[in-house]
Amino acid sequence: MKYQVKPLPQVNLPELRTVGKPLRKVDAMGKAVGDTVYAGDYSMPRMLHGKVFRSKQSSARITRLDVSKARALPGVACVITGFDVPNARLVSDMPGQTGQKQRAGSDVPVLASEQVRFYGEPIALVAAETLEIADKALSLIEIDYEPLPGVYDPLEAMKPGAPVVTPPDNIVARWKIRKGSMESGFEQADLIVENTFRIPYQEHAYLEPEAGVAWIDERGAITIRVSTQVIEHFRTIARAVGVRQNKIHIQGTMVGGGFGGKEDITIEIYLALLAKHTARPVKMVYTREESFLAHAKRHPYVIKHRTGVKNNGQITASKIEMISDSGAYPYLSPYVLLYTTVMAPGPYRIDNVQVDAISVATNNPYTSAFRGFGGPQACFAYEQQMDDIARQLGLDPLDVRKVNYLRTGDCTATGQVIESATWLEETATRAMAALGEQTPDYGSVKIGQGFASYFQSYGRITWMHDTSQAWVGLELDGTVTIRAGVPDLGAGQANSLCQIAAEVLGVPLERVTIYTTDSALTPLSGTSTATRQLYMSGNATLMAATNVRNVLLNRASKHFEEEIEALDIADGKAFNKSDPSQTLDLVDLAKMCASEGMHLSNLALFKAPFTDPINPETGQGQVWPDFTFGSFAAEVAVDTETGEVTILKAAACHDIGRAINRAAAEGQIIGGGMQGLGYGLMENLIVKEGVIKTPSLSEYLIPTSMDYPNIQAIILESGTGLGPFGAKGIGEPALTPAAPAVASAIANALGVSIPEIPITPEKVLAALDLP
Amino acid sequence: MKPQMITLHINGRTHYVALNPNLTLLVALRDLGYTDVKCGCEKGDCGACAVFLNGVAVNSCLVLAWQADEAEILTAAGLGTSEHPHPLQTAFSDAGAIQCGYCTPGMIISAKALLDQKPHPTDAEIRDAISGNLCRCTGYAQIIQAVQSAAEKMDAGGEG
Ligand code: FES
Ligand code: FES
Repeated sequence: MKYQVKPLPQVNLPELRTVGKPLRKVDAMGKAVGDTVYAGDYSMPRMLHGKVFRSKQSSARITRLDVSKARALPGVACVITGFDVPNARLVSDMPGQTGQKQRAGSDVPVLASEQVRFYGEPIALVAAETLEIADKALSLIEIDYEPLPGVYDPLEAMKPGAPVVTPPDNIVARWKIRKGSMESGFEQADLIVENTFRIPYQEHAYLEPEAGVAWIDERGAITIRVSTQVIEHFRTIARAVGVRQNKIHIQGTMVGGGFGGKEDITIEIYLALLAKHTARPVKMVYTREESFLAHAKRHPYVIKHRTGVKNNGQITASKIEMISDSGAYPYLSPYVLLYTTVMAPGPYRIDNVQVDAISVATNNPYTSAFRGFGGPQACFAYEQQMDDIARQLGLDPLDVRKVNYLRTGDCTATGQVIESATWLEETATRAMAALGEQTPDYGSVKIGQGFASYFQSYGRITWMHDTSQAWVGLELDGTVTIRAGVPDLGAGQANSLCQIAAEVLGVPLERVTIYTTDSALTPLSGTSTATRQLYMSGNATLMAATNVRNVLLNRASKHFEEEIEALDIADGKAFNKSDPSQTLDLVDLAKMCASEGMHLSNLALFKAPFTDPINPETGQGQVWPDFTFGSFAAEVAVDTETGEVTILKAAACHDIGRAINRAAAEGQIIGGGMQGLGYGLMENLIVKEGVIKTPSLSEYLIPTSMDYPNIQAIILESGTGLGPFGAKGIGEPALTPAAPAVASAIANALGVSIPEIPITPEKVLAALDLP
Repeated sequence: MKPQMITLHINGRTHYVALNPNLTLLVALRDLGYTDVKCGCEKGDCGACAVFLNGVAVNSCLVLAWQADEAEILTAAGLGTSEHPHPLQTAFSDAGAIQCGYCTPGMIISAKALLDQKPHPTDAEIRDAISGNLCRCTGYAQIIQAVQSAAEKMDAGGEG
């Protein structure tokens, strides 16, 4: 064993009946037997099929667009261009929330009519009686382009005289952090370590391409059944389509994988426009290739670290510069950049920090949210930097980190005090221990072990003033209904709410039914993004269920003639704790309450901490509610003749605060870890002059069952999170440390590090050629 | 292209349908309402569309519908219902092997194809059997566990 496992502090979590158990998720069986109806599975009477006509240029002026032949084709119900809907625009950088002013011209035309800025940009919409006719209509659209100079490298795009993607310039967003003094920080240093890291695109590659059906209902509302992470987009859709907000009704479906790729609006506006123009239901389903072209990617970054350290590894100064490629439109780039900026120094206590971050427009595919939201890029850079510091000082990587790891009560680079547990050494030593003894080298194959630690926020930015609502009600037969607008992406978003309500109301999980994801009929719970649903909607559900429980206990206390504190509810019965044979069935209790006019349901609103934006000059202030901490470890075999890397063992250890459903939490850790391994080693989106050259699952490879070993998932529960029962979030954090851990293991095997992912055999061989 | 009459026996029901000869079995099945057969790529890359065609697991996007004329087709929904699930469906549900669930029907078909041949597979054999089924959510570990636990149950129950 390389490291001594750090003992955990004593934690006394109360024993719970439902929460924490690896119960069958409420959504599982429907999916297993094919009952679950996904967005692309719906059909409506008289339904048309919609298609999008897209740019075949990365940067060009549209000099002629003629859709008359397409319109004249029998079976075509309508063709819409940007000239038909000049006001259809998507505001993409949410003014007033970043503390930055909205950039001029940064909103996105739903359909480009004058200029195209990226390959695949939508230009026209078609609705036709059949898919074949819709495809035929696309081929009849005539377009002439006058190519404009494009810019495909963010560094080039920043130079004076570079083509400007959207005036006034190519700078989409900037953030900075100023803490302490660079001068004195570097003065105190015994050694200064400098490195530049390059981090690539990543494609979500969810198995379900974007899909939906829209129609106008009997109240004149445009109803959109769609696979989305955000039903609150109905407001943006209403503005783009030109109707009132209460005339857009989103019925979210089970999402066939999101990972951030269905966080921005996908096809909703196209569907709404086509349904509005034809007054008929319209269905749209992307092909895989179109999905590649149409949705955002994870941001490529160049990140430079300059770190001053003492001989014992203590960091005295950290100066970080980064540039991200936002592609042709900003979308969430300013926010992603903020995440990378604030997380850039890593989970380390550093008195002197300076970060300068810029997001730059290019004519490349646009970039936006992807699980981790800028955190994984930061983590790859800071953890490679820590390893290099250890190498240069001749110290062990864990020893260098131990000196610097954040502790509870310490401040982040923006001065936010961390109040929850920060089990970094605890998770690192456990993940490494899980690898066991290192396999010996053989032949040309070198073995290495490495790990990466991380911190990653859960919950949205606190100056967004995030809220979530949930409604919980007890029915007269003792069953429980939950209504909450949460989109379920498969991570157990809906199920965890059921387990929480079952716990609080003392019923078995089978008795709980949840209705979700309807912008008109379920209380709005906010987005399934930012690792926020368990934290936010879990707390809202806990509040609502507790309020119902209190009504029940009140009535039961009269019945038992006992104080409320003497009573409990479990297994569908209220009972006297000191004499559990005295019981009252929930059905009877519910009937008593109902006949006496007591409220058996409750709508609760949970508020995250509300703060002001960070200081625009120094970046000081609170950014998120809290952080999850953990580590990932890997053992790799590197063939020094072929450059091939094989992962032999992998383990992830995270403090998730409290597991609500243990199997689901493990699923997040393993599945997220696998996406991170793919990111580190194999996923390679090739983009040339703005054109994606790998727009299929046979060209852009994601991990199969054959590629990597099982990731051992080690769950720690500090109980210190802000979520229900002390839970933290794990959805995004699961991915963050995997790629840097593999990079560390490879560097450990080879003695040289490779500052760029994915670490392909070519990169390994190139690194070995270095003197 | 003139539509052609074909007969499809799907999950025990018989359909007489007129289809364009260039239509894939995937599209034909989904148009007939067998939407548990999922479409992830239409190129044979993902396995989401897997079904049994005369007892052999195939990617239905790589088969033309007329090639299935008179064939017995079994989809994941044909294996069981939520009241009476197939042991694989139970095991997938219980092992945490289902996240978004989009890969699940195809996964279950591939897993059943394996268990039909090898009632006691090794983990490596399971990995091999599902290697054509992409799952972006789970990282596969719990799927492999589910197939193992279904194999045990089916063995104990003598059911297949
Ligand atoms: S849809 Fe058939 S293999 Fe992907
Ligand atoms: S569970 Fe989502 S793709 Fe497998």
